[in-house]
Amino acid sequence: MGKDLITLEHISKSYDGQLILDDLNLSIYENSFVTLLGPSGCGKTTTLRIIGGFEMPDQGRVIFHGQDITKLSPNKRQLNTVFQKYALFTHMTIAENIAFGLKIKNKSASYIKDKVKYALKLVNLEGFENRMPDSLSGGQQQRIAIARAIVNEPKVLLLDEPLGALDLKMRQDMQYELKRLKEELGITFIFVTHDQEEALTMSDHIVVMNQGYIQQEGSPEKIYNEPENAFVADFIGDSNIIRSTMIRDELVEILGAKFACVDKGFGENKPVDVVIRPEDVELVAPENGTIKGIVTDLTFKGVHYEMDVQANGYEWLVHSTKLSPVGSKVGIKVDPFNIQIMNVPASMDEEAISETV
Amino acid sequence: MKKILERIYLAIILIFMYAPIFTLIVLSFNSSKSRAKWGGFTLKWYTQLLSDEAVASALFNTLAIAILSTIFATIIGTFTCIAMIGLSAKVRSILMGITNIPMINADIVTGISLMLLFRFLHIGSGFGTILLAHITFNIPFVMLSVMPRVKNINFYVYEAALDLGASRSYAFFKTILPDIVPGIVSGALMAFTMSLDDFIITYFTKGSGFETLSTLIYNEVKRGIQPEIYALSAIIFIVVLALLFISYRAPMSKAKDN
Repeated sequence: MGKDLITLEHISKSYDGQLILDDLNLSIYENSFVTLLGPSGCGKTTTLRIIGGFEMPDQGRVIFHGQDITKLSPNKRQLNTVFQKYALFTHMTIAENIAFGLKIKNKSASYIKDKVKYALKLVNLEGFENRMPDSLSGGQQQRIAIARAIVNEPKVLLLDEPLGALDLKMRQDMQYELKRLKEELGITFIFVTHDQEEALTMSDHIVVMNQGYIQQEGSPEKIYNEPENAFVADFIGDSNIIRSTMIRDELVEILGAKFACVDKGFGENKPVDVVIRPEDVELVAPENGTIKGIVTDLTFKGVHYEMDVQANGYEWLVHSTKLSPVGSKVGIKVDPFNIQIMNVPASMDEEAISETV
Repeated sequence: MKKILERIYLAIILIFMYAPIFTLIVLSFNSSKSRAKWGGFTLKWYTQLLSDEAVASALFNTLAIAILSTIFATIIGTFTCIAMIGLSAKVRSILMGITNIPMINADIVTGISLMLLFRFLHIGSGFGTILLAHITFNIPFVMLSVMPRVKNINFYVYEAALDLGASRSYAFFKTILPDIVPGIVSGALMAFTMSLDDFIITYFTKGSGFETLSTLIYNEVKRGIQPEIYALSAIIFIVVLALLFISYRAPMSKAKDN
């Protein structure tokens, strides 16, 4: 990992007596693509707005390059924001929009002209200088908003659900575009979204948030393959989350059947939550399975079939490229590496706080 | 058939609305003093009017009051609207209701109550009292046209300007103000026309020896109508019409540019 660029220390924030962020600590490394991911109301946008300077935390500090910028106003910060609803200046041309920040910094006319041209090229909208924002599509407007931010050469670009208003195809195109931009500019992107797929596609580092707490942070692979609690497992992709018993190290009893696993240190005969991704459930002949079940539902999803399998009182979600018709008897097998064991939270509160590593 | 009837209906409505004004304008060019007889075309009432010192001073008073009251009412009304952003929707709608009352209230009630208030406070009647009265009744008109614009302000745009390095005041003048300017302009034009053609409130707050065009006309009429008054009324009508035309065109042509 690189150097710390932004550090949030013990940040708390509440609105009208409602706690939005509670003692949040987060480090963001230089030149990384960090995504704050969580459902609406989880505090991700508030966190971004505190970094941008649009909100003041009730407690805690924001450190940027070793300097405390908690009380610095947005116009003095070396970062720029791309807002959810584009927020273009509708009465100005595209060129004037992009030049806005440069004009404030008293750059020369020729410098501004070159920069505007360069920024438009970067977002693939060459020749749009004299158009008005209203005449552009949503995707184009968002590109202009990005161009307007990056001409100022910020150290960090903050993106607040920038793709939320776009249709699916446009959103997917923009995901690759953003990733490419990030590589070309070599700056830090902090991206806020509630879309887990978006987060997995683009990020170097994902911070999963819920109810004002960080639930887990790590690489997309780690978040997906090794969720630390049921919230993360449930929020990131589809999962089978089953309350089970850890018999001893490397052996877990799921729905009355013993499965080999690779996790250790949970104690003996302790209740645990087990996460098994639908694509990790193998359907085999009934006699070869660890447990037996019956296929109750089948949907074709394109790349795979999605099946519901009723087995030992639990409805398993299964993704497979091989078809098992509804009503057929199957056996369920899971590779030990694909069984993820999580501690059972003792209370609702603990579930929310669950420490991160 | 239906179409023809529609046309006739429309024509009748327009005739009812504009025939009296048309008559007035025609009579203002009538060289005969009689209202019943056409004595030939003349501009003498207009030239007489322009050389009439009482009319000139009344015109000056009217314009001065209209311009000053428009400026003050526009500034006060606009800032009030902006300040009201911070209020909850409920408080805001109650406040808007209260500010709308003077608009709905009968002019004569507003006029008399202002007169009583000025007497009570021992404020001498004249230019100042009329100006205060006009500012008072103009503020709601300004607010009525500025408020919808203020409600639709996109604050992300203001934040975006801050984000790009703008100071708070620069961001306000560059992002929020341009969005509400059409509302301010139409509010100011409305206030100007309201002030220009107000008679009742002016009459009750003016005191003696101070005349605006409308009170001057009223006094003249009491002594028997002179054709100069036709000419004056025709000019007022044309000016108000022109202002209305501008206030309709201004936002439209802006939209076309975009």
